[in-house]
Parts: sequence; C-alpha cells; structure tokens
Amino acid sequence: MSEDDERQQSPPSDLDFVSTKARNCNATGSGSAYPDQVLNNVLENVLHFLTSKRDRNAASLVCKSWYRVEALTRSELLIGNCYAVSPARVTARFARVRALHLKGKPRFADFNLMPPDWGAHFNPWALAMAKAYPWLEKVHLKRMSVTDDDLVTLAELFLGFKELSLVCCDGFGTGGLAIFVNKCRQLKVLDLIDSEVTDDDTDWISCFPEGESHLESLIFDCVECHVNFEALERLVARSPSLKKLRLNRYVSIEQLYRLMIRAPQLTHLGTGSFSPSEIAGQGDQEPDYVNAFAACKSLVCLSGFREIIPDYLPAIYPVCANLTSLNFSYANITAEQLKPIISKCHKLEVFWVLDSICDEGLQAVAVTCKELRELRVFPVDAREDSDGLVSDVGLRAISEGCRKLQSILYFCQQMTNAAVIAMSKNCPDLVVFRLCIMGRRRADHVTGEPMDDGFGAIVMNCKKLTRLAVSGLLTDKAFDYIGRHGKLIRTLSVAFAGDSDIGLKYVLEGCPQLQKLEIRDSPFGDAALRSGLHHYYNMRFLWMSSCSLTRHGCQEIAHAMPHLVVEVIRSADEEEMDTAAEILYMYRSLEGPRTDVPKFVTIL
Amino acid sequence: MTFEKDINIDATELRLGLPGTSEESERQASTTLRISNKRALPSVADEKQCDQETAPPTKAQVVGWPPIRSYRKNNLQTKKTEVETSGMYVKVSMDGAPYLRKVDLKIYKGYPEVLKALEDMFKFKVGKYSEREGYNGSEFVPTYEDKDGDWMLVGDVPWEMFVNSCKRLRIMKGSEARGLGCVV
Repeated sequence: MSEDDERQQSPPSDLDFVSTKARNCNATGSGSAYPDQVLNNVLENVLHFLTSKRDRNAASLVCKSWYRVEALTRSELLIGNCYAVSPARVTARFARVRALHLKGKPRFADFNLMPPDWGAHFNPWALAMAKAYPWLEKVHLKRMSVTDDDLVTLAELFLGFKELSLVCCDGFGTGGLAIFVNKCRQLKVLDLIDSEVTDDDTDWISCFPEGESHLESLIFDCVECHVNFEALERLVARSPSLKKLRLNRYVSIEQLYRLMIRAPQLTHLGTGSFSPSEIAGQGDQEPDYVNAFAACKSLVCLSGFREIIPDYLPAIYPVCANLTSLNFSYANITAEQLKPIISKCHKLEVFWVLDSICDEGLQAVAVTCKELRELRVFPVDAREDSDGLVSDVGLRAISEGCRKLQSILYFCQQMTNAAVIAMSKNCPDLVVFRLCIMGRRRADHVTGEPMDDGFGAIVMNCKKLTRLAVSGLLTDKAFDYIGRHGKLIRTLSVAFAGDSDIGLKYVLEGCPQLQKLEIRDSPFGDAALRSGLHHYYNMRFLWMSSCSLTRHGCQEIAHAMPHLVVEVIRSADEEEMDTAAEILYMYRSLEGPRTDVPKFVTIL
Repeated sequence: MTFEKDINIDATELRLGLPGTSEESERQASTTLRISNKRALPSVADEKQCDQETAPPTKAQVVGWPPIRSYRKNNLQTKKTEVETSGMYVKVSMDGAPYLRKVDLKIYKGYPEVLKALEDMFKFKVGKYSEREGYNGSEFVPTYEDKDGDWMLVGDVPWEMFVNSCKRLRIMKGSEARGLGCVV
C-alpha cells in the first residue's frame, strides 16, 4: 500500500555546483597529504553512520573534503526526478551505491493527462548502474518505464541483487519477470504495486529457481493474468522467510487457504479474490478459513478482497484485533457488512475503504478506531454525477472519533465548510489533507458558499500540514489562505479552482516549502507564472494543464531560468504552432533539455 | 468605457468543455441530471445514464476526473458489468456438479423457459411449483441470490423483478433446499 507516500524532502542535492576539482582530487599519495588521509579515514568511518538524506546533504556541503568522503560513503540514493540529474553525473559523484530510488513521471500522468511514451525510461540508468555499481542490491522505481530488457539487465549484471520494487511502472511483462526471477538467486523482495504488467503468456512463477528461496516479500496483486497456482504453492512452501505476500485476483479463496496454512508467519497478506473459484469440486467441504486466519498470529496488514463474497468475511475475525492496516478499497461492502469487522479493529492505524460503506460505515470506524492515522475513502462509482454515498456527515464523524488522524484522502459528491472546519479543529495532527469533491466547482451544499473557508481552516489549524489537495467551488480567497498559512506545504494539487492569476500568485509568493505543484483546469495565466520565478529552483516540478498559459509566457520563464527544463506537451490533436500551452511541465535540472524527447513535447 | 465590450474574456478562456457551454449551464445540467439519493438497481440506473449520454453533452466525463487511477476504476467496473451488460449472464451452479455454467437471462421470456433450459443443461427435473409450498416432487430446487445477497426461490417474484435482481442461480439438492431463506 504505497500510493504516493510522503518522503522527507531535503535541500536539493541535485543542484550542487561544486567544482570538478573537488571530485578529481584524491586523498592518497605524498607525505604532505598524510594528515588529510587520516582525516578522510576518520570521516569515512563516521559518515558511514549517517543515513538520513538530509543529514548527508548537509554534510556534503561543509567543505570539499567532507563532500568527497560523503560521496564515497553514501549507499542509498534517492532521486526524485529522473531528469533532474543524469546517470553519468550520479555515477561520477557517488562511488558505492547499494540502493537506488528513482521517480519518473509526474503524478497527473496516472490520470491519463499525459500522452503515453512521454519518457522516464529506466534503461539508461540500468546500463549506467551496471557499469558503476555492480554490487547494487536494491532498486525502487516509481512511475518509470521499465522494459523486459531492463529486468534482464538487473538480473544478469548485478550479482547479489536483492530487492526490486516497481510502483506505478509500465513497459514490461511476464516474459521479463520470468527471466528476472530465474536469474536473481538472492532475491528477497519483488514488489509490483499498481504497475501495468503485460501478459506475455509466460508462467513466471514457475521460473523461480528450485531449492530454498530467500523471498521475504512477494507482491503481485496488480498483475492481471493467471498464475500457476501449484508452482506458487511450492514457492511459498520453500520460502521460510516470507513475510509479505499479496496475491492477485486470480487466486481463489480455496487457493488462499492452501497458501495460508503453509505460511502462518506472514505479517502482510493480500487475499486475492476472496471468492470461490468457478470450478466447484464435487462434494468439496469448505476449508476452515477461520482456522487459517487464526494461525497467522503475526498478521498486521490485510488487503486484497478483489472480488469479495461478503459471506466469507467472518473468516478474518481472528486477526482483526492485531491489524494495524486494512485495505478494503476493492471490496464493495455495506455498512452492515463492515461493522462486525471494524468493531474488532481497535489497533487499526491505516484504513482504505470504498464509499459503499456510506456515512454509517464511517461512523462505525469512528467509534472503534481510535488509533487511526490514515484514512482513504475511494468511490465505487467514480463519476461526477454518481450518487454520493459518503458526505460531510461521514467526514465529521471521523474527525470526532479519530483524533490522531494524520492523513486523509476522501472522495465525495458534496461537502460543507462546517464539516471541513470541524476536522481542522478535531484533528490538529493532520499532515496530509486531500479532499476530492467529484462534482467540479461544487459549492457548500448547505450554504451555497464556496469551499474557501473550509480549506482556509485546514491550513490555519493544521500546523503540520505538508500536503494539500483542494476541490469544490474555490475563489482566489482560498489561495490567499493557503499562501498566508500553509507555510509547511510541500505538495499542492489544484483542479477546477480559482478566479484569476492572483490565486496562483498567493501560493507561489506565500509557500516557501512548496516543492510539487500540480494544477489543472484553473484560470491561471502567464502573469501568475512569472510570480514564481524566485522560487522555481527550489521546487521539484510545476505542472499546469488546461490553464490560461501561452507558449510565449512559458518561453519567458525558460529564458529567465537556464536550469529549468520547460516542457510544453501537446495532446494528440493539437497543432505544433498553437499559441496556447495546453500542458506545461517544468522542473529544475542540472542537465538541460533531455535527449529522449518524443514528438509531442517541445522543450523551450 | 466601451472597450470592455470589445474584450471577450470568455472566448479566450481555456477550459475543457465544448464551445458554447458555460459554467452556469453545466451546473444547471448537473442538478437536473441528478438521480435520487437512493441506490438505484444497476439496470435501472444504467437506463438513465444512457439517456444522459445521448442528451446534449454538457456533462461529458472529463479526462482524468475524478483523479482515480484507471486500474482502480477498471477493477471495480469489471464486477458491475457482469450484471449490467445487455446480455444478462448469471452463473448457475448445481450442488454436486463439478462445473458452473452461465445463462443469459435476457433471452428467456419467463420462468417456464428458463427452468426448461436449466433442466436441459444439468440433466435434472424440477418439481411442481406452488406459491405456498415451493417446488414439490423433486429433490432439486432452483434458487437464486438477489441484489441484497438473499437467497430466494425461483418463481416467487414477478419475472421482470427476477431478471433485474438475480445475481446468480443455484440448484439446491435435497435437505438443504428446505427451509429456504436462511443464508447458505
């Protein structure tokens, strides 16, 4: 469950302008360099203990010596934008990297706002890493394009490769997976999360090598094709270290049972379909599902339920009391079906659910889940005009019952300022507040007023807020509030909101910590864009689509800021010489315009 | 000052939405097209949705809105389309039979037809139906699961209601078939 988890942002490590002399100077050699050598050795031993990215970035800025040693000892690399820095620059600076985290496309690409094949290819990174870091053990990619060849590269060129995590990635298939799992003899973690995996008709599960496996985590709930169950069962049976297993929806509940009794040590389980298979065996007795769950004494995180038959829900009763995380976001269940479960989940901290439980279901959550930190409520029917199943009533109930709430994502059809204000007062620990009123520009349904005051209260009262997503009818006043009070905000998402340029100005001038700003369909133009010139180098990116920007306005920005890459992205039917800039995506970079630009992208 | 009339701000405003539409008309359209708060049966709601789609497209669904990943949208929709597509396919199981089958309820005009089809499919015979006693004279009893998850006897409700609410069929055998109405 890692949709857009928040990471600590740090001062930009990708924008050091340290001279190459520092890099080339080496510490060995003549007697006059001896004290330096001692210092470097001491430093190296000390800096090994520094793990936080922030601390390391700070240490690297102390002096050239520290920069050099820090570069030698940094083993985990986090690159928030794969185009901000090139593989060559990275491998030149850091000598001994064991873990790489890399992010590619901006988040709005998830919602089909970006044409396919825009970029974010893992391939150049894979090849560069293979040469520079043959001892690389862990790769974590988010929103990148990964090919089968890349998977083969990882498996063949990195001996001792241990962990692969692909979140919201695409471009590969079961064929590539088969080779990867077969050749990675030390594999501990294979996590495929929300990724698109092509069905190459290859039985990749059978390709895990025979003999005891080191697998600790196997997550493949997003893989949309059948898996060879017998092979999977044998794999689980020979993976004594397996703690996390998330099955896809092609695994029936009977098959789940067989896996669970082989792996009672699991801590994280994704149940697959949670319904019986189509082929009902003759005179088959229902397995004792309750017993299987009861045997999993370490289970703390439960998800799946992809095609749930609610009759089977009582099977999970034995684990409810220990659960800290429960994901029902694919389970179309009612409040009545939820209540007997949730009433047992006293320790729950993370809860994802569908709005099919209605306000009544949320009230039940509020009664029991006093430790709740994160709530996500997704819509069963994700359309603007669908029936609203949850509302301000549910939001208020949650705010009153779950005082420790830190993160909320809430989809609804309509909302009131009063409920949002109540949440801002009841839940002062909120770090992430994302409210999606699905009806565009919908006002407070009781007062008819814009939703300005609600969001205003959030930024005023929730002093730890770092991530905000706004919706509903919003005037420039809402942005005034955000600019005035949202001093810690790093990520802001705006859609169908605001009246004029001044709205965006408020934000760009008022929010010093702003790193990621994504805006769609809002009336902000070139003048507003100009007001952020002082801040764009501090940001990871700015996305603006279907706003009031012109190419000329974007060009001005590009001229004023040489280390910003300003991409204007056309949708399929647009002419190249249109004056309007339909999609603007701009980001700081040490490299200048990328070389893998597709036809529909113009870099200004 | 007359210059204000010359500047047609609206014409230059970049928005998604067809030319000739405006926010007001969109909002009005949204209130008139709203269905009641009650959760309608999918097939009924579906009909209404079809009407909306052929109406002037002021409420065309906007790309990427609401912001839900298509993987999530598709995974929920696959469940619904099983009941809502124009062929009404429901799964049929029979106690003791190794395989499930599927029938399209839409092609039958009434109970006698569908029961005959089931009899042919699974090679059995239903008893005689009476409202009071259900099926008499056979150890096989046709039942179905409705929208609310309740197991009902086939034939108890009017045909149209049955077609609209039936999620799947199960031909029960023997003693289980008595005392129908309890959760299986």
